[in-house]
Amino acid sequence: MSPIINLLIFGGLAVAMLIMSVMAITSKSLLRSATYLLLILICTAGLYLFLHYHFLAAVQVSVYAGGVVVLFVFAIFLTTPKDQVLLKHEYRRYVYAALITICGVGLVGFTLFKTKFIYAANPSVDGYLELPMQDIGRALMGTEKYQYLLPFEAISLLLLAAIIGGILIARKDKKDDGKDESLL
Amino acid sequence: MIKLEYYLIVSTLMFFIGIFGFITRKSMIAILISLELVLNAVEINFAAFNRYLFPEQMEGMFFTIFGIAITAAETAVALAIIINAYRLIGDININDATKLKG
Amino acid sequence: MEYSILILITPFVLFLFLGLVGGKLKPNLAGIIGTLGMGFCSVLAYSIAYQYFFVIGKTADTWQSVIPFSFEWLRFTELLHIDLGILLDPISVMMLVVITTVSLMVHIYSLGYMHGEDGFQRYYAFLSLFSFSMLGLVVATNIFQMYIFWELVGVSSYSLIGFYYQKPSAVRASKKAFIVTRFADLGFLVGILILSYYTKTFDFAALTANNAELVTTSFAGGTFMGLSLVSWALALIFMGGAGKSAMFPLHIWLPDAMEGPTPVSALIHAATMVVAGVFLVARLFPVYIFGAPEVLTMIAYIGAFTALFAAVIAITQTDIKRVLAFSTISQIAYMMAALGVSGYGDHDGLGYMSSMFHLFTHAFFKALLFLGAGSVIHAVHSNEMKDMGGLHKYMKITSITFFIACLAIAGIPPFSGFFSKDEILAAAFHNQPLIFWTLWVVAGLTAFYMFRLYFGVFFNGKRDYHHKPHESGFTMALPLIILAVFSIFTGFIPFSEYISSDGKPFDMHIDMTVATLSVVAAIVGIAVAYVLYFKDSEKPAMLANRFKGLYTLSINKFYLDEVWLFVTKKVIFNCISRPIAWFDKQVIDGTMDNIANVTQKVSHRVRFLQSGHTQRYIAFFVMGAILIAIAVFIFV
Repeated sequence: MSPIINLLIFGGLAVAMLIMSVMAITSKSLLRSATYLLLILICTAGLYLFLHYHFLAAVQVSVYAGGVVVLFVFAIFLTTPKDQVLLKHEYRRYVYAALITICGVGLVGFTLFKTKFIYAANPSVDGYLELPMQDIGRALMGTEKYQYLLPFEAISLLLLAAIIGGILIARKDKKDDGKDESLL
Repeated sequence: MIKLEYYLIVSTLMFFIGIFGFITRKSMIAILISLELVLNAVEINFAAFNRYLFPEQMEGMFFTIFGIAITAAETAVALAIIINAYRLIGDININDATKLKG
Repeated sequence: MEYSILILITPFVLFLFLGLVGGKLKPNLAGIIGTLGMGFCSVLAYSIAYQYFFVIGKTADTWQSVIPFSFEWLRFTELLHIDLGILLDPISVMMLVVITTVSLMVHIYSLGYMHGEDGFQRYYAFLSLFSFSMLGLVVATNIFQMYIFWELVGVSSYSLIGFYYQKPSAVRASKKAFIVTRFADLGFLVGILILSYYTKTFDFAALTANNAELVTTSFAGGTFMGLSLVSWALALIFMGGAGKSAMFPLHIWLPDAMEGPTPVSALIHAATMVVAGVFLVARLFPVYIFGAPEVLTMIAYIGAFTALFAAVIAITQTDIKRVLAFSTISQIAYMMAALGVSGYGDHDGLGYMSSMFHLFTHAFFKALLFLGAGSVIHAVHSNEMKDMGGLHKYMKITSITFFIACLAIAGIPPFSGFFSKDEILAAAFHNQPLIFWTLWVVAGLTAFYMFRLYFGVFFNGKRDYHHKPHESGFTMALPLIILAVFSIFTGFIPFSEYISSDGKPFDMHIDMTVATLSVVAAIVGIAVAYVLYFKDSEKPAMLANRFKGLYTLSINKFYLDEVWLFVTKKVIFNCISRPIAWFDKQVIDGTMDNIANVTQKVSHRVRFLQSGHTQRYIAFFVMGAILIAIAVFIFV
């Protein structure tokens, strides 16, 4: 692919992501928000592909798109209030939020343009730099420098804790009459 | 030719869109979705910095992977809490969840 | 001699035991346990006395201080450390004997006297505590240990005087006793601090060694308001002693303290607590005589004055226990005066010896008088002399033992009081004639009011009693008899062999001039009392009319209570306490209140920040982060 097409595709992805982000946080329907989120996450996986992180892109799609968003959808189904009232807009809050957001964007943008990033190679130009899967596996399973067994195990414990916590919290109370259906 | 700054601009905007959504939305699930945006923006940053500035190392990518895992865990727990809160107060409006307020 | 520690441990354990589980025991059992424990203590005390006086006490013809037990309790610095220990020397051993004996008698007596009272077990627990603190006081090795036990004595006497805590008057009396002695103890504490600040020690042995060398050298001539610092220190320490020993003008608590049960009066006010002040001065005697002889002179005059003052009041009191209370004040003042006129070493130390001697004999006959009075009160259920009379034929034992005690306190030979009182008078005669004549008058007055009491209670016509008074039971009669025996014979102990100001025995002999004078005074007193009070007559009333002014003053105790009330209520409360209270309420409390109010107001204002709204939090959080980042940009 030529650099121009590359850039065009990247730009398309980026713009789509940003638009969908705005849609996701403004949409009235939660289900729609969740769908936009799904699309954003898939687009993010596309960005990872541009960076030649294929494994990362795969993880992004499978965990985020396949796991988290499905969870969201279930949660939305389980909790949609029966009598959904439209919340009165609080314009003051919007003003505050906009102010904060603009300040933040301004600050970070200012930083961005002031900083000169120096990098020798540009992955979008310098061709194929895919990480071998073996290296990733070794790095995850090793205990030496730049290897990540400990965080890996920590994450696995965290996930276990999250599973147990999720079950405990969402489990239906035994005294409940069974009106609500449990997640499990 | 895609520059590092492009990634950073995208992630910055996404981050603050997330913040904006976090502050303005009422529904707890929508807030959580905003949070996902924020986290996603951060992860893009990690990956981009890693690839452009330190291409021979893998810290950024692993941070992203771990970040994804943590996000997943956090989402699961948060959604469980939201469902429970919904059972208690019959609503997922964040302003109604004031029971823990002293 | 290590076992001497048991004499402290036993009563303390008894106190804990009776105090904690006594309520679950049968009253009689608790009483018997307490009595047996005190009996054990008495045996210990006698054995210690034997060991000390006949085996180990004397080396090179001088009585030594033996410290069988001592340890460092609190160590603050090299110089400042508080020790606990046991110091045995002639006076402390003598006190051990006196205290345990009287305490044991009181324990036995109380078995009968307090029978069936509510809180019988509590009573015995407090008796044990009192004995413990008193014993700890006399064996103290250092002045701070003495102070600790001194305060313990105060506390336990408070609970004993206020034993009938349902009675408002008893509560008032116990409060009064506590506050007055506590007030005096403040002086004591300040005195201790001044003394030990300069001498760098609390230790009695170090303080009194080599004619109190440490004290005379370490005070580098500092003066305050015209008196040297050492005089101030010793005068303040004496103030503590005056409070406990009921010296004028701090004596006001003692008559009121008669609200306690009568055996308690016998224990506290005859033999133990009130002589603590005398003991304190005696313990520090070398310090006084070498450090500040002028304070000793002051003590002598205060003693003589108090003796006279209390004796005059005692003449007109009608409450049998109050007569005894004032008589106690008078007799304690006698001892103080004797200490005051004493010199140091050999025969000059006669006053010191006679003071201790009188303390010893007085403990027994005064305890006997109190217990006898208790026996009478037990029989007629009243404290007032007008409700009594002609009891001799109903209560033979009480009457006879009371008579013996009266003879002893009046100073009729060969009863014990004669010998000790005679020595005091002899000491005063050779040193301070003015004090001698005062004390001589007091001796006559003592004989008079004691026999007024005796005749008034046991003879003097007949009263109609609702039910016939009867002799007390065995447990009450036995202590009376034992104490009567003591009262008769203790005078024959050659006291100067054992106790002297410098530890070296000396010969004492009866000064015939003084002895004659004192016996004459006593006999005159008794004779006048006989004329006036043996038969019911109008004469006392006539005399009272004749000397109406004096009589009113005396019966109202010279209005000293009122003076104190005026001083405390009008002067101290209004001029000192009120402003302080105002300052406390307005300034100190005000400051605190304002701090609280301001905090509350501020928190009310900032409360909305803690709204519980997650979104607001995140907004603040992001804003804060942005501000910090901007600050970093600007300033770094």
